[in-house]
Amino acid sequence: MQLFNEEELKRIEEIKSHYPDARAALLPVLWMVQEKEGWISPDSMKYAGDLLGVPYEHILGVVSFYTMFNNQPRGKYHLQICTNVSCMLRGGYELYNYVSEKLGIKNNETTADGMFTIEEVECLGSCATAPMMQVNNKEYYENLDTVIIDNLLKKFGKSITTENTETTEKN
Amino acid sequence: MKMKIILKDIPDLHRIGVYESNGGYSAFRKALKEMSPDEVTNEVKNSNLRGRGGACFPTGLKWTFMPKNSDKPKYLCCNGDESEPGSFKDREIFEKNPHQFIEGVLLACYAMGIKSAYVYIRGEYYKWINLLQAAIDDAYKKGYIGKNILGTDFSTDVYIHRGAGAYICGEESALMNSIEGKRGYPRVKPPFPAANGLWGCPTTINNIETLANVPEIIKNGAEWFSKIGAPKHPGTLLFGVSGHVNKPGVYELPTGTPLMKIIEDYCGGITGGKEIKMVIPGGSSMPPLTKEECLKANMDNESLKEFGSSIGTAGVMVMDEDTDILKVLIRIAKFYYHESCGQCTPCREGTGWLLRVLKRIDDGKGRLNDLELLTSVAQNIEGNTICALGDAAAWPVKWTVKKFREEFVKRIPKDEIDVPVLNKVHSLR
Repeated sequence: MQLFNEEELKRIEEIKSHYPDARAALLPVLWMVQEKEGWISPDSMKYAGDLLGVPYEHILGVVSFYTMFNNQPRGKYHLQICTNVSCMLRGGYELYNYVSEKLGIKNNETTADGMFTIEEVECLGSCATAPMMQVNNKEYYENLDTVIIDNLLKKFGKSITTENTETTEKN
Repeated sequence: MKMKIILKDIPDLHRIGVYESNGGYSAFRKALKEMSPDEVTNEVKNSNLRGRGGACFPTGLKWTFMPKNSDKPKYLCCNGDESEPGSFKDREIFEKNPHQFIEGVLLACYAMGIKSAYVYIRGEYYKWINLLQAAIDDAYKKGYIGKNILGTDFSTDVYIHRGAGAYICGEESALMNSIEGKRGYPRVKPPFPAANGLWGCPTTINNIETLANVPEIIKNGAEWFSKIGAPKHPGTLLFGVSGHVNKPGVYELPTGTPLMKIIEDYCGGITGGKEIKMVIPGGSSMPPLTKEECLKANMDNESLKEFGSSIGTAGVMVMDEDTDILKVLIRIAKFYYHESCGQCTPCREGTGWLLRVLKRIDDGKGRLNDLELLTSVAQNIEGNTICALGDAAAWPVKWTVKKFREEFVKRIPKDEIDVPVLNKVHSLR
């Protein structure tokens, strides 16, 4: 398999130069894989291993250790809702249950159309702006309530045809 | 006293031009021109700056542990993992004043003769990683980072390393393993990082907020800094207040500020005008304070010791009179159970036991001696693990059960037969 194009391979060489040992570039490279594929398949683990001289077994260990690395495909929108104490005190569980019921999926499940995966996550450092949701390991949506969530889900649902992943920060 | 060292009220301070025109990078220039590396370290040492990551270790002293003459390269790791529930201060620094942090990194590198610094930031902080990277790029362009900085023979590079979701990577040796591309397992100490850190080389790990304090110390002097706030724990802290307050947020205030002043004057009091039931003063691993203790507590490490607690990361979680303490403790126990890396049996198994015993109390199936059982399991985790995650998991359970015993007792069915002998099998000693 040839996952990365020339430009990306150049970027990997640049990342490798940050470290005295190329194997340290594993996390950045796995991030690049996930960015491109949405998850990290066994094949791409082997591919990354060949790039960096790291055994597949080591990479499997790393991917399974870090919760943000997906070792299975996720929905187009991976919704991660914090329910840790600060969010819990401000309605984190209510938000999680609302989204879960609305989409008809439980923790770590994906909707049949492959659009949404929901996940209950630990504190994401949004304690003063709780409750919150992170989407696709990137955007934070903070100070949420059911009205904002409804609008967000509608927006995400619509963008299935337009491929519009641009989102606005709600602070 | 209005005293801000890091989150200053200057618009657009995150821009390098604005930062420079407000005295930014002058401390670094001064150090390069007028001070020897040892003088920089001494200034930090004399300021009595203590680490802001939770352990409150004296920063200058830590820097002196680095070998002066080393054949191996030396490294600086900047800990921006910030995964302790209730902590959200470093993201404010990345957003509002990234250059002061970068300047602190450069001063640390200069003081310890370091040529590569890694800023480890939790993977979820995608936005803040980009903000900091932009600031680092600007600093490179202006010649503050890179080869032959500002025409001197001092060179250093600063790289961001993005984490991928693991609380344990905030532990310094797990953080180093994570940078090396491994599972984030804490290492057995000794050897300590200053002797054997990243790739077996001398390494220092400092918190983001700690480093952000350094430029002002170099600029204004150790004495100036040591007189701010509480004498034994001087400076300011970025208090991240969350939970049942009207205005949650990050407030930079001198150490030793009374807790109630923070809650009442800065955070606008408790939501709905209710009473306080419990406050966790420094992120979820710190022992909680009762209402009576809150009235007396000053927010610095020495003062909080009086109540068996500690300042931690200064993430203040406020809970009102209607809060279900058992539910809160279950959520905290669930977190540590989830985040235990699994290396040490007391932590891997113990965190699960704590969670299951708490849950059975919540299910109405608790027994009175479960409270002793919780304490016993917590005590058998504490101090018996490679890293401090074990302690972090044990403290909240041990102390919440101790300080809020009634909250648990009232959930235990009265007609339940006490079976102390049954639970003896759980004892590790």
